[in-house]
Amino acid sequence: MLKIVVCVKAVPDPEKADQIRIDPVSKALVRADVPLVLNPLDKNAMEAAVQLKEQFGAHVSVLSMGPPPAANVVKECLALGADQGILLSDRAFAGADAYATAYTLARGVEKIGSYDLILCGRASSDGSTEWVGPELATLLDTPIVTMVEEIIEYGDEWWKVKSGLDNGYRVVRVKLPAVLTVTRELNTPRTLSFSGIIKARRKQISQWGIDDLDIPEQAVGLKGSPTIVSEMTTQESTREVEMISGTREEMAERLIQKLADAGFLASS
Amino acid sequence: MTTVEFRHGPVWVIAEQIEGRVRAVSFQLIGHARKLADELGAPVEVILLGESLDEPAQQLIAAGADTVYLGDDPDLAFYHPEIYTEMIVRLAQERQPEIMLIGSTPMGRELPALVAARLRTGLTAHCIDLVLNENMILEQKVPGYGGLISIICPERRPQMATAARGVFPSPELDTSRPGRVAPLVVPKEIPHRIETLEIVREEPEGVPLESAAVVVAGGAGAGDPGGWREIQGLARVLNAALGSTRPAVDEGWTELETMIGQSGKVVSPELYLGVGLSGELQHMVGIVGAKVMVAVNNDAKSPVFEQVDYGIVDDCREFVPVLIEKIREYQTK
Ligand SMILES: Cc1cc2nc3c(=O)[nH]c(=O)nc-3n(C[C@H](O)[C@H](O)[C@H](O)COP(=O)(O)OP(=O)(O)OC[C@H]3O[C@@H](n4cnc5c(N)ncnc54)[C@H](O)[C@@H]3O)c2cc1C
Ligand SMILES: Cc1cc2nc3c(=O)[nH]c(=O)nc-3n(C[C@H](O)[C@H](O)[C@H](O)COP(=O)(O)OP(=O)(O)OC[C@H]3O[C@@H](n4cnc5c(N)ncnc54)[C@H](O)[C@@H]3O)c2cc1C
Repeated sequence: MLKIVVCVKAVPDPEKADQIRIDPVSKALVRADVPLVLNPLDKNAMEAAVQLKEQFGAHVSVLSMGPPPAANVVKECLALGADQGILLSDRAFAGADAYATAYTLARGVEKIGSYDLILCGRASSDGSTEWVGPELATLLDTPIVTMVEEIIEYGDEWWKVKSGLDNGYRVVRVKLPAVLTVTRELNTPRTLSFSGIIKARRKQISQWGIDDLDIPEQAVGLKGSPTIVSEMTTQESTREVEMISGTREEMAERLIQKLADAGFLASS
Repeated sequence: MTTVEFRHGPVWVIAEQIEGRVRAVSFQLIGHARKLADELGAPVEVILLGESLDEPAQQLIAAGADTVYLGDDPDLAFYHPEIYTEMIVRLAQERQPEIMLIGSTPMGRELPALVAARLRTGLTAHCIDLVLNENMILEQKVPGYGGLISIICPERRPQMATAARGVFPSPELDTSRPGRVAPLVVPKEIPHRIETLEIVREEPEGVPLESAAVVVAGGAGAGDPGGWREIQGLARVLNAALGSTRPAVDEGWTELETMIGQSGKVVSPELYLGVGLSGELQHMVGIVGAKVMVAVNNDAKSPVFEQVDYGIVDDCREFVPVLIEKIREYQTK
């Protein structure tokens, strides 16, 4: 049976994330009360795992590093069909950059045990670096294919996948165990079902901290992060807007006149 | 011959070629690396991997490289994650670069992370500026939370960062610049757990974004595929390239290739028209040096109006069809 680990991130709800702003005066973050949700592309990763489970049979573990409220996101994945949910949560994990995140997740994967496949989203909606999948793969010494749009062939040892390029794609053969980061083209994530939610109630979420992973404090969180934020600033625009008013037709005509005057439109 | 002692390790650029042609972003990064290296008093070293690249290697020297490490081998013709990573990591361990820059291309969205994790160093994604501070540490600027965040990698080396095409200008080529090409050999004992079987390149439709004189960008305000088609229609009558914001891509109205901004493309049109978008910094940093900027938004208080020259408050789903009609009339007048 395939053993799959899906890495999921709890992110500030993208619909409301613009409420978290840098204060122009204090230059500190204004923390609005934005709820944490499942990172959009991680839904595609979960969907891929559940489809594989339905097709071939699989044991699906969900792994997330985040603050205690991220447990709700893990619970959601259990309701979507995951068998096991693990939240890596510890004060010491806070402030992790992509490297420290990948490092902590790698230790989590090792504690879960053996795996055939690790699925990640291509990017998170907040940090959006796209580094966690490839860094995790490197730290586990596992091959990786990023931007997977389609799984073309499932062999016993080698899989064939399609991965996106700018204006095109590549077809790649990869040897399992492997890490794949997925795009939204891969599938259409299912929505939560009532029976899934009921079943998930019986599933336990394990919470692992730094002692469970047996790693030193200097290796995780802010201390384990090679990068730090040195400064935050706000920017002022240098443009002065002229609002164009009138009826809809008048506004269109006035805009056309402005564009024509600036040399962007020519009449025949 | 005397050897020059440098205070800092070299400034590196990992160049990228497609079918033997070095991508524009690689030249731009070499141009910027030259500036950083001159401030640091360090050389610029460029790594170029591919096949039959003698001439491109000379161009990289003309762009500002002091040394080009050239891997020239049929096995390197296409980006191969395992081989490329191994070659870069080994050379980095030997050369100890201070800084390593890579373009935010599909390769640049994967390879630097493979290298950074091996070197246990930091890596900043999609930078919109890279400057040295008073301690000669690289301030790597990324937009975030409505402002600019400066990320630094204070202790570990190299300081690694990616930036998109268009963030830095293309340097003038000076074919009289001296520089040397040092060959790299392909290591043989690499695991080969990944194999590229095929690469398919599709001709992009319409006007290419990066070189377009006019860009029409649409956002979440388009509302649905019908609203999006109107924005596409506006791009067509203006002979403009079509751009988008992230929500438009997430909704599936358009492809990721059209996304403008920090994690998408950087455009420098003369005219930019933003329709149904809020002017979020992560999008706006993708528009550099536009002469005229216009926004259409149904919310008079939208922050987009603080960043453009002309503003129209209206429902774009109603306004755009009228605008298209009026432009057609004007064009045939
Ligand atoms: C605006 C902004 C810019 C940033 N820039 C950088 C930067 O340049 N370099 C840097 O090192 N850090 C950066 N960070 C910090 C970084 O976002 C966090 O460190 C985060 O923990 C990991 O990176 P990501 O969100 O970019 O994930 P990505 O690499 O974009 O996420 C890809 C996938 O990795 C998996 N994943 C990511 N995080 C977790 C998690 N916590 N638990 C389980 N799975 C996960 C998911 O499957 C996700 O879909 C930035 C943060 C912000 C807010
Ligand atoms: C690390 C990171 C990287 C990112 N990179 C990018 C990037 O490269 N490019 C990018 O675009 N985004 C990027 N984003 C997302 C970015 O932060 C914004 O969320 C996004 O640009 C907003 O898109 P929008 O303006 O279309 O949507 P919204 O912010 O939702 O704005 C929609 C606007 O449309 C208006 N509107 C609604 N209905 C109508 C109507 N009928 N007629 C007219 N106007 C209407 C509204 O008033 C509103 O102003 C990134 C985010 C993060 C965290």
